Amino acid sequence: MGELVRKSAAELGALIASGETSAVEVAQAHLDRVRAVDGEVGAFLHVDAETVLAQARAVDERRAGGETLGPLAGVPIAHKDVFTTTDMPTTAGSKILEGWRPPYDATVTRRLREAGLVILGKTNMDEFAMGSSTENSAYHVTRNPWDLSRIPGGSSGGSSAAVAAYEAPLSTGTDTGGSIRQPASVTGIVGTKPTYGGSSRYGVIAFASSLDTPGPFARNVLDAALLHETFSGHDRMDSTSIDQPVPPIVEAARRADVNGLRVGVVKEFAGDGYQAGVLNRFNEAVELLESLGAKVVEVACPSFTYALPAYYLIAPSEASSNLARFDAMRYGLRVGDDGTRSAEEVMALTRAQGFGPEVKRRIMLGTYALSSGYYDAYYGKAQQVRTLISRDFERAYEQVDVLISPTTPTTAFPIGERADDPMAMYLADLCTIPSNLTGNAAISVPAGLADEDGLPVGLQIMAPVLGDDRVYRVGAAVEKALEDRWGGPLLAKAPELAEVAK
Amino acid sequence: MSAITRDEVAHLARLSRLALGEDELDHLAAQLDQIISAVARVQEVTAEDIPPTSHALPLTNVYRADEVRPSLTPEQALSGAPAAEEQRFRVPRILDEEA
Amino acid sequence: MSTPTVVKYEEALTRYEPVLGLETHIELGTASKMFCGCPTTFGGEPNTQVCPVCLGLPGSLPVTNRAAIEGIIKIGLALDCDIVEWCRFARKNYFYPDMPKDYQISQYDEPLCVDGHLDVEVEGETYRIEIERVHMEEDTGKSSHVGTTGRIQGAEYSLVDYNRAGIPLVEIVTKPIPATGDKAPLVARAYATELRELVRAVGVSDVRMEEGSMRCDVNVSLMPRGASEWGTRTETKNVNSLRSVERSVRSEIERQAAVLDAGGKVTQETRHFHEDTGTTTSGRSKEEAQDYRYFPEPDLVPMAPSREWVEELRATLPELPAARRRRVQQEWSLSDLELRDVVNAGAVDLIDSTIAAGADARSARKWWMNELSRQATEQGVDLASLPITPEQVARVQAMVAAGELNDKLAKKVFDGVLAGEGTPDEVVAARGLKVVSDDGALAAIIDQVIADNADVADKVRGGKVAAAGALVGAVMKASRGQADAGRARALILEKLGVS
Repeated sequence: MGELVRKSAAELGALIASGETSAVEVAQAHLDRVRAVDGEVGAFLHVDAETVLAQARAVDERRAGGETLGPLAGVPIAHKDVFTTTDMPTTAGSKILEGWRPPYDATVTRRLREAGLVILGKTNMDEFAMGSSTENSAYHVTRNPWDLSRIPGGSSGGSSAAVAAYEAPLSTGTDTGGSIRQPASVTGIVGTKPTYGGSSRYGVIAFASSLDTPGPFARNVLDAALLHETFSGHDRMDSTSIDQPVPPIVEAARRADVNGLRVGVVKEFAGDGYQAGVLNRFNEAVELLESLGAKVVEVACPSFTYALPAYYLIAPSEASSNLARFDAMRYGLRVGDDGTRSAEEVMALTRAQGFGPEVKRRIMLGTYALSSGYYDAYYGKAQQVRTLISRDFERAYEQVDVLISPTTPTTAFPIGERADDPMAMYLADLCTIPSNLTGNAAISVPAGLADEDGLPVGLQIMAPVLGDDRVYRVGAAVEKALEDRWGGPLLAKAPELAEVAK
Repeated sequence: MSAITRDEVAHLARLSRLALGEDELDHLAAQLDQIISAVARVQEVTAEDIPPTSHALPLTNVYRADEVRPSLTPEQALSGAPAAEEQRFRVPRILDEEA
Repeated sequence: MSTPTVVKYEEALTRYEPVLGLETHIELGTASKMFCGCPTTFGGEPNTQVCPVCLGLPGSLPVTNRAAIEGIIKIGLALDCDIVEWCRFARKNYFYPDMPKDYQISQYDEPLCVDGHLDVEVEGETYRIEIERVHMEEDTGKSSHVGTTGRIQGAEYSLVDYNRAGIPLVEIVTKPIPATGDKAPLVARAYATELRELVRAVGVSDVRMEEGSMRCDVNVSLMPRGASEWGTRTETKNVNSLRSVERSVRSEIERQAAVLDAGGKVTQETRHFHEDTGTTTSGRSKEEAQDYRYFPEPDLVPMAPSREWVEELRATLPELPAARRRRVQQEWSLSDLELRDVVNAGAVDLIDSTIAAGADARSARKWWMNELSRQATEQGVDLASLPITPEQVARVQAMVAAGELNDKLAKKVFDGVLAGEGTPDEVVAARGLKVVSDDGALAAIIDQVIADNADVADKVRGGKVAAAGALVGAVMKASRGQADAGRARALILEKLGVS
């Protein structure tokens, strides 16, 4: 593994800016790494070296032309396949969109390009972002770089694996119920779910519109903040976008101090179903925060125990409608159009063949929850739960500045273990879902390795809407203290991946 | 007692435009039954006076000015079409004015 | 024995009482679409007015056009609706190839405008049509069907153009309209007509029915006379002319009466109206009832129109057709019958503008309702389509008032203007149309006429003043209409010594 791929995004940006290296050289190093390890890891769905190098050359030319570029100009990034890209296929991990070339860029894509980031390729994901393991991709599984027999989390599992495997210093994800934080947690990296409306959904293939939130992955908190700042902020193409400045997240990540901060431990997120090693690392993090001068108290959020069932009504309901457009008429797969079948029949055949089992389950579940006679008892009740969870958060934030919990109840589970057990799979999002239901900011930072399996554990830090700076501030403080203790980043403890010879 | 019948599952498949085979319906019926039984926990919230929340944030009144912006070219618009003819999307025969 | 498929209209009404309901869709005339910046111009090449949003491409998101919301609020205010303080868009979920997202962004149980009314008049009687709601939604694309029939039935495949997809659409829903009796078809038509006039007056849409920018869904049910419980209704979809609105109601009454007479039950269903036969046919019978699974649109935030905004919009409303009619009736001193004639002729605006350009009310109405209406009828066009402006009519009348023209000459000026010979002044000059007001020239003509009609002149001298009319007529004839008839009469009487 070359030196360049070990560098952080901030370091690479500085090296390129100073002329010590070029965007092309950095891009080539990462392309080499992808070629060497991605056959095993399977983080990417699409990588085209020529497109990558052309972007890198353009950045070098912009720099040579005297243009002042941002801190991440020339830095490679792995882009979740849920964002539209005009120069790469966009499939959302589904067969129904195989080969689709969007005629427009997502706002996040556009902002990455404007900031000079070099998009390395599109990363694997659970189909339409539905899942916690990336096993629901219609294309292939993605493996956890810490243990190739285990899942990298999901739905943004390609993005977490790419960063954890040093295939890219940065990646994008979307978080609907935990799809950034849980994969970050199980691969030992940093992942942020920004405040809902803080990053644009325009060009993000929708799963659940009222929950979907684009966010960053990185190997450290500062890099995540830099990326977050690069692509977030108001977008007039997204009606739910917040028309206010992005909180000072980069400054907060540099500040990295928690002295005097009030930290609440969510009482409900412990006990049965939580792996011992996960709870041990979490408890150590609590002690660490206290030792750093934070005031830690326990906070009760009783409605959080209803968050999971509410989520599994709201998200599928919205998804059942969002995914209706995949009807074989305007783009994507078309099955059975033999001249005798009606549009209606072709739609139904295409959708049955083009969607995978989890997507069909959720479409059916959502259709059920919205259908006449059931709406009030399911969708309606779930929306009331959403209100109760907001009230719990409001009460909690009267007492504390941030809330913390384990990111996910267990470490990475073996591939195949929960593949046909939806209820077991859904538990992976237990701690992350409340923040989605209320639009709050949250981050997952590495908290260490579980004793029983030596796999990464994540610490989740939650803050109110537009409190993104707080999660970076606390995350960076924890990261700094733990890295001092470990003598380096957690990821340095990951086993070296075998590189395929060039 | 099951939360959802096999007939209801078949009805949902039609509403969702999913041409599912018998085996798939059987398998899904069992899984949906399990999931629906679990998510029905939300019904434990019985207070009627809790307002529902549909959006993550309490934003209102987001509008844009009535200004024309560039459209796609027809080539771009039709670029993903499974079939096109006369600059239009070609689709199989439609059964009625409103399906 | 076969049962008749229709009962004669008059006969049906002896046994049944119809209840109506109308749902009217009107496309707003905004520059850009409801949720994206694509243009709304009519008649563009297929799929040239589409973008990721209105094509429903994955990842695209809607953003609401402020002008469309202003438009619907204005319509709501014009219908005397309450504008709600808070409401949301909802998704109406159903699959259809011309609907890009396979759901329509609409409003469900939270319409923007509620509880209004519109008064319409039929044969001297006023019917108050209660408006239940006015809500905002988006239009769909347009399919053309390829096959031997060219219609949806029997088509081999279809071609879809999404230029119309996403055009802002306002839906105006009435409450059930009872007690219209045999006037039901006329009431339905009068409502649609009045609604069209109202929306045009408000200035938010041209309402061109021939371009499909206004369509009515017409609900009809029958109940036995004297009954209190309404019958099962049918909904005839997408009726797209005023005449068809009337005919579809009539035909549904005849058809449903036959069903009920035969002891059958009216099926609750959607039906299609056919212009050629004037009848409706059943839409495809559904295996299962529609279930649109409405839920709040998560991609759009709620609308909470401030009271200040609503009042600002109210202040921009022009005089509405009904108020204008009340005003002109009073100002122009019209009887109810005269007003109805003016309204039916579509002459209110024209006369009003002619008055604004300086003519008196009586003359302005006289020209438009007599001479110009006759010309319009002869040419088979609307009064408003005649190539003459209210200002030109006012100019002609000004010349009449000044004694430069008489009525007969004025009609010749109108002929010239309508024939494209120029402005009234140009026509007067070119055709040499001028009242003979020179008493010397007139006296010579009068002397000749008295000489030629000595017997009539004697009668006048003998006190039969009424006989002077014949002499005046002769003077007018001799002057080829250019004499001032009043002046001629005075001179004749003077010369005959009876003045």
